[in-house]
Amino acid sequence: MATIKVHGSVFSTAAMRAFACLNEKELQFQFVPVDMRAGQHKTEAYLSLNPFGQVPAFEDGDLKLFESRAITQYIAHSYAEKGNNQLICHDPKKMAIMSVWMEVEAHHFDPPASKLTWELAIKPLVLGVATDGAVVEENEAQLGKVLDIYEARLAQSKYVAGDCFTLADLHHLPNIQYLMGTQSKKLFDSRPHVSAWCADILARPAWSKVVAMRNNK
Amino acid sequence: SLSLSLSLSYTHSFLSFISIKNPAVMATMKVHGSVFSTAAMRVFACFYEKELEFEFIPVDLSASEHKKEPFISLNPFGQVPALEDGDLKLFESRAITQHIAYNCAEKGNQLIYPDSKKMAMMSVWMEVEAHQFDPAASKLTWELAIKPLFGMATDGAVVEEFEAKLSKVLDVYEARLGQSKYLGGDCFTLADLHHLPNLHYLMGTQSKKLFDSRPRVSAWCADISARPAWLKVVAMQKNK
Repeated sequence: MATIKVHGSVFSTAAMRAFACLNEKELQFQFVPVDMRAGQHKTEAYLSLNPFGQVPAFEDGDLKLFESRAITQYIAHSYAEKGNNQLICHDPKKMAIMSVWMEVEAHHFDPPASKLTWELAIKPLVLGVATDGAVVEENEAQLGKVLDIYEARLAQSKYVAGDCFTLADLHHLPNIQYLMGTQSKKLFDSRPHVSAWCADILARPAWSKVVAMRNNK
Repeated sequence: SLSLSLSLSYTHSFLSFISIKNPAVMATMKVHGSVFSTAAMRVFACFYEKELEFEFIPVDLSASEHKKEPFISLNPFGQVPALEDGDLKLFESRAITQHIAYNCAEKGNQLIYPDSKKMAMMSVWMEVEAHQFDPAASKLTWELAIKPLFGMATDGAVVEEFEAKLSKVLDVYEARLGQSKYLGGDCFTLADLHHLPNLHYLMGTQSKKLFDSRPRVSAWCADISARPAWLKVVAMQKNK
């Protein structure tokens, strides 16, 4: 029986981040669906797993964690020898550079990308609610500026943190997957190095399994 | 002469070995930034906690020095701080503090946990600071502390919205601090340190009430703000 459990939704970008990491590490886990439309993520039972009432929440034996990027880092460090063992770097300099680009994803890429995912993918497709055009315009402009920096970076190295695929790349996958199905696709397609990097990381078998989980719902 | 050159090469190797192992012999790290920048203050705090020397290189934000070369080569996002550790160039304050805390683990105060489960819990609360606390706190710092310094008007609607958001976050903190003395566990770590710059500014504004009205949060704020390393960071501003 799996000691690892992930509580969440197959549509949640944050939960998808955790699934991707578990798949890269070839780890068995139990997926515990949380019915967000019914407000299950705000119940007392769920809040004891994540006091902010957000998905995902993670259990490994008696260890309980939340925040997807803390979960992925825990998995990558604690199961270092399993599956893909290059998700983190052991050399201190390479680890520092990877850490920089994980922060870049969290603080520069994710804010505009997640707003666009919400407006252009989740609202219309999952919630049946209208998109706010002004929010889209503002965040496409902001994401464009971020991707200009990525374009320059990816001309210097194959992946954002260096020559290997790491958590720094993985953390981008859920938002990129959604945005490639929206008008914002053009922001990625129009930048050759960014476009090639997206195609490469989206094609990873571990990621395809995450997409399959979503497409089966 | 053969034995001399062998002993010299041995000495050179030995000195290289001890310089790698002994941080005191490493080249002094450089921090490019501003004493008023919350992100730069995060890095200064880490250096003082670790009792590490650093060279502070001021960046003139009012002259947009951070948006031009040569600074842009250090941080393509044009933000302070940036760090030089020998030929390694880093940016993003929380990547810098983690680099220092891991690589200089044996110096000064312990800011991380060596145990992987405790480290995982600390990591959760570092993410909480970055994704739950900072978005609301930094907007309030901007509106209530920074804008007035430049003669810009505070936006009351933004303050109301983000005080409400920060309140919800601090309710979770109040409960958490009933379980452990510090956010990441029983010891002061980076998970607490990363909050200090915004706390420092907000305690001088109307938003102080959000912290004062929650007893455990209030005690935690007072405790971490009184740390000698933090007082040194605050003192850096007094001479400017």
